[in-house]
Amino acid sequence: MKFLVTVKRVTDYEAKIKVKADKSGIVTDGVNMIVNPFDEIGVEEALRLKEKHGGEVVVVSIGDKDATQQIRSALAMGADRGVLVTSNDAELDSAGVAKILEKLVAEESPDMVIMGKQAIDGDSNQAAQMLAERLGWGQATFANTVTVEDGKVTVIREADGGLETVSCTLPAVVTTDLRLNEPRYASLPGIMKAKRKPLKEVSPADLGVDLALQVVVKGLEEPPQKSAGQIVPDVATLVDKLQNEAKAL
Amino acid sequence: MPNPLDFFAFEDLLTEEERAARDSVRRFVEAKVRPHVAQAWRDAAPLPIMRELAELGLFGATLDLGDGPTLNYVAYGLCMRELERADSCVRSMVGVQSNLCMYPIFTFGSAQHKEELLPQLAAGTLVGCFGLSEPDAGSDPGNMSTRATKVDGGWRISGTKRWITNGTLADIAIVWARTGQGASSIRGFVVPTDADGFSRHKLDGKQSFRASDTAELMLDDVFVPDEALLPGTDGLKSALAVLNQGRYGICWGVLGAAEDCFATALDFAKERMAFGRPIAGFQLVQQKFAQMSARLTHAQLLAWRFGRLKDEAVEKGGDIEGARTSMAKMANVETALHIARTCRDILGGNGIMDEYGIMRHMSNLETVYTYEGTHDVHQLVVGHALTGQSAFR
Ligand SMILES: Cc1cc2nc3c(=O)[nH]c(=O)nc-3n(C[C@H](O)[C@H](O)[C@H](O)COP(=O)(O)OP(=O)(O)OC[C@H]3O[C@@H](n4cnc5c(N)ncnc54)[C@H](O)[C@@H]3O)c2cc1C
Repeated sequence: MKFLVTVKRVTDYEAKIKVKADKSGIVTDGVNMIVNPFDEIGVEEALRLKEKHGGEVVVVSIGDKDATQQIRSALAMGADRGVLVTSNDAELDSAGVAKILEKLVAEESPDMVIMGKQAIDGDSNQAAQMLAERLGWGQATFANTVTVEDGKVTVIREADGGLETVSCTLPAVVTTDLRLNEPRYASLPGIMKAKRKPLKEVSPADLGVDLALQVVVKGLEEPPQKSAGQIVPDVATLVDKLQNEAKAL
Repeated sequence: MPNPLDFFAFEDLLTEEERAARDSVRRFVEAKVRPHVAQAWRDAAPLPIMRELAELGLFGATLDLGDGPTLNYVAYGLCMRELERADSCVRSMVGVQSNLCMYPIFTFGSAQHKEELLPQLAAGTLVGCFGLSEPDAGSDPGNMSTRATKVDGGWRISGTKRWITNGTLADIAIVWARTGQGASSIRGFVVPTDADGFSRHKLDGKQSFRASDTAELMLDDVFVPDEALLPGTDGLKSALAVLNQGRYGICWGVLGAAEDCFATALDFAKERMAFGRPIAGFQLVQQKFAQMSARLTHAQLLAWRFGRLKDEAVEKGGDIEGARTSMAKMANVETALHIARTCRDILGGNGIMDEYGIMRHMSNLETVYTYEGTHDVHQLVVGHALTGQSAFR
């Protein structure tokens, strides 16, 4: 089986995010960058499926040159080779990502595309769905459990009301949820081997993709500052304040 | 503003792979080690993580076990720093397995030793320890009393080894014993810990290195076959060459302990109010931080230079001079201990609580100050190199 797995370069979830003065984006100088955690779960799942069924794991990142670091992290975990589609966040929206991946799928013919349910920076939760639609493939999102059997993938997905089981004919697009697995640590030999694994670079133009933006970010705002809390003497005062000041009850 | 933990952009001196190796160990430590170190200290119980450390690929990472070394010495040092950021005992657990057990087998062992033992030690399925020190011979191991006597088909070894890290966990011990008169007759042996006449017990009552397995090994006329001898060992100098590997890891490791104390104290001082302001605003407190930061910066840069020189020397088939190793061990451990003590002071009463970890680091560093050559012994080695006169004889 061949797996195509996305690995987006995103800001560390532990980083303190600041909006740029001109509100056009966030300050990334000095901010630690990581593999989107949902993508990392995707890499882990692909590696486990490969361990079981054999095949190849190809990881792809769409981003600037620095995203090779995230590709190398996935290669260090055990993925076989990487593709970097050179671009930058400002010229991408979910539809653009889906278009690029569609072309890569045509080139690579994977049996399964595995993506994070969302990237923890933009939190759009759209690219995978759009990709499946463009490809005319089945999609199973928010995967909690993934099983492959007889040309089909069965996914237990985390729906709002509980767990839902869906089954798609392969090839298909699967997105990962948090509880799907616990990604392995890259071993030290894995890290050293990663630098010798193939990593190809292409541009959206090479792939023949036109990235006209359909969604434009007008500006970013910091969330409102939280005001300091109050300590109340007893439960009665608390209930009173909730009722009459906060009007929460 | 410079990063308080990296005032002179030490980070920029590292390659991408070196950082990647460091980051992988850091993630492991944050998830699997750090949450458990305070309890391990209270329980005086080593963390059961040998297999996970092996899976990470740390054991013997600088040795060429067939495919070339996994890590250069700088990357290895960075990994030791991450382990010791959590607890010195974890760094020591790896250091003993890698440097004090695998290294002598790799350097002085027979082809059969290497083939049989190294893969198992790397995989953590076999645990090793290093027995040089004795109850009555620490700084002066040339005067050890453990003796190996040649008999038909092998050797009979008798003696007591004390302070042995990983000693009760170990499946094999590298035991150093004299085979005749004087320090030049000392040789190393691979002794299975289940051999007849071999007994051991854990040392209780430690106020330092509580999460480390420290043991006394008693060898009462233990028979080992001829093949147990590490054929390349030739006198005390072989044992000392092994210790120089361990000292390399120490020089880096202690940076982690010092940085952890420093980061904790800095956060604390910015929050802790006294006389109506954060204590970080007082001149005396700032002086402490400024001096600690300067010393930490020296220590980081020394470790880096030590690593690069060692990598160059090892690449050429040699090793870095012992006196340089002694200076690095001496200087960096002293710095780390100074920082830990000063941070303990800055936290006031909180400084003694295990919640903050500083007292634990501080007390661990007292061991590190003493083991693998005491601070004073290393000063004498450096003194010898500088003056040409040995203070030992
Ligand atoms: C937790 C722990 C783990 C250890 N793990 C191991 C291990 O795995 N394997 C192993 O073999 N050993 C191990 N050791 C032993 C350690 O290496 C020795 O404790 C150390 O070498 C010092 O020896 P000593 O304790 O006998 O002290 P001594 O040698 O008796 O030293 C006592 C004091 O005398 C000073 N001194 C000695 N000689 C001189 C001199 N010529 N001039 C000036 N001052 C001098 C020393 O600096 C020190 O201050 C461990 C020790 C500890 C505490």
